[in-house]
Amino acid sequence: MSHGHDEVPPEPETPAGEGNPGGLFTKLRAKAKSPAQLQAELKNTQVWKSIFRHKLDDSARNRSLAVLSSVFLHLHPARVNRDAVRYNFTWGMGGITFYLFVLLTLTGTLLMFYFHPSKGEAYRDIMFLQHDVPFGNLLRNMHRWCAHAMVITTWLHMMRVFMSGSYKPPREFNWNIGVLLLLFTMLLSFTGYLLPDDQLGFWAVTVGTNMARATPVMGHEGPFGPELGFTAFNDVRFALLGGSVVDANALLRAYIWHCIAIPIIASVLLIVHFWRIRKDGAISGPAPVMLASEITD
Amino acid sequence: MDWHQVWELVSLPDNVPIVLLLLMVPFYTWLAFREAGRNDRLIAELERDPDMRKTHHRVPYPWKPGWPKTVHVWPHLLKREFLAAIIVTVVMIVWSICLDAPLEEPANPSLTMNPSKAPWYFLGLQELLVYFDPWIAGVVLPSIILMGLMAIPYIDVNPLGNGYYTWKQRKFAIATFLFGFLVLWVLLVIIGTFIRGPGWLWFNLGETWDHHRVDHQVNYDLHELFGVTGAWQVIAFGAAFVGGFCAIVGGITHLWVVKCMPLMRKRMSLVQYATMLQLWVLMMLVVAKIIARLGFTVKNFLVTPWFNI
Repeated sequence: MSHGHDEVPPEPETPAGEGNPGGLFTKLRAKAKSPAQLQAELKNTQVWKSIFRHKLDDSARNRSLAVLSSVFLHLHPARVNRDAVRYNFTWGMGGITFYLFVLLTLTGTLLMFYFHPSKGEAYRDIMFLQHDVPFGNLLRNMHRWCAHAMVITTWLHMMRVFMSGSYKPPREFNWNIGVLLLLFTMLLSFTGYLLPDDQLGFWAVTVGTNMARATPVMGHEGPFGPELGFTAFNDVRFALLGGSVVDANALLRAYIWHCIAIPIIASVLLIVHFWRIRKDGAISGPAPVMLASEITD
Repeated sequence: MDWHQVWELVSLPDNVPIVLLLLMVPFYTWLAFREAGRNDRLIAELERDPDMRKTHHRVPYPWKPGWPKTVHVWPHLLKREFLAAIIVTVVMIVWSICLDAPLEEPANPSLTMNPSKAPWYFLGLQELLVYFDPWIAGVVLPSIILMGLMAIPYIDVNPLGNGYYTWKQRKFAIATFLFGFLVLWVLLVIIGTFIRGPGWLWFNLGETWDHHRVDHQVNYDLHELFGVTGAWQVIAFGAAFVGGFCAIVGGITHLWVVKCMPLMRKRMSLVQYATMLQLWVLMMLVVAKIIARLGFTVKNFLVTPWFNI
């Protein structure tokens, strides 16, 4: 094959090798380094050393550094209670809840590329996602089911923390952060419910926000609301919906709460939640059991 | 028994998570109690044997002298976390491939859905609308639930059971929490999802949802049953009943605490104790209203021109 360049001589048919001691291949092979040498050299480069701050051979020090010198892993301590890694103690629920939050952020961001939060367009965009966007239906399903699963895992995480007495001193404050995260998890799910702009979301949010008009003092149908001058056009429900009915403004407000405001609030609370786990003495147990006879008041 | 109706309810895409909940909550309740049982047996043994107390590592899991009390996060914890992440990812992808998220007709304010239901995790609160005014069911009770949850670590003064599962050392706290969570939250969610049909009427599981069913049940307010009439008399009667209920339930609870849990009372300040009693009485008031409505067709205890309880 001449590749169309007639003046270039054709390449030799036999590769340079054992039979050709002066060949390029032999010369290169003489210079070649073993994989171990290469690895050692690679690890000695400025680039490598700038990325990895510790050696990788298996030692207690490096195992600790692997966790402590990584921004993603350093929320962990270097060592944990040997029984805390048992599934039966934590059920993995807190971690699974956070992982679902991550999955929801990823799928949610991708969904935002295809979604216009306005009447008419919103529903059409969901149809578009389901039928035209590559993997759009999978994306939407993942987001939906991860959201429902996250509500369940949040409840179960809370139940685990209660049942193992992990809210007791010194972790009282972190339980409170957790209660707020429970609230915001459900609000995240609720605000997302309206976004497809279908009958299901519309009536669910109508039912949900109708409660707000019965807010005492601040709702126009709540106790002492009308007496204070609240009507359907200035009460707390109006503020939530941007109107007196669930319509275009409500869709936009739900979208902004769902995609920007609540995720930011929840993320800040998550940071505090994780930080306090470490500051309050890492995972609560399985702690050595205490006996009633040993407690002195 | 209308199995088609059952299947329609259970297989409704947004109801699938509740079916999941129905399986997971009992499983994890059992798991927590199994762990508690292990610890409780160990505690009983340690209480019996003072020598064992000095040497035992006090965890029901195996331990040998010389074993370190901690392990490296890398790899012992991280490998489990990565594995959990992989499993969750696989489960969510399979779930998403097998079941499509619901999408109904475009929103139409002139076509009311019957039943109109909130998202499933709020159906417990929507079910409370049957028993309470909207301002209580929708605003006051959710706020009290949140505040009550936040108060838990500050009113639970029991120093035992910190960081390990136990039942025998924390009976009151665990029973109260599980009653609130399993009965007043999860059970009401399940009722709101599977039992409440068109018109939010009660349909037993397997009963056909008849959209034309008319409910002839008449609900009474308590003062009507007692023949109380007159504007101020009705309010006075209701206030006396609700006040009396709270006083009696609070009183009984107080006597119970003093007699059976004197240490708990001794450890609590007056503010802590009052908060605990108040939350407990409110929880019992919710139970009383549910029982009164479902069992005795009694709607309100206290009727005023501004609000009802």
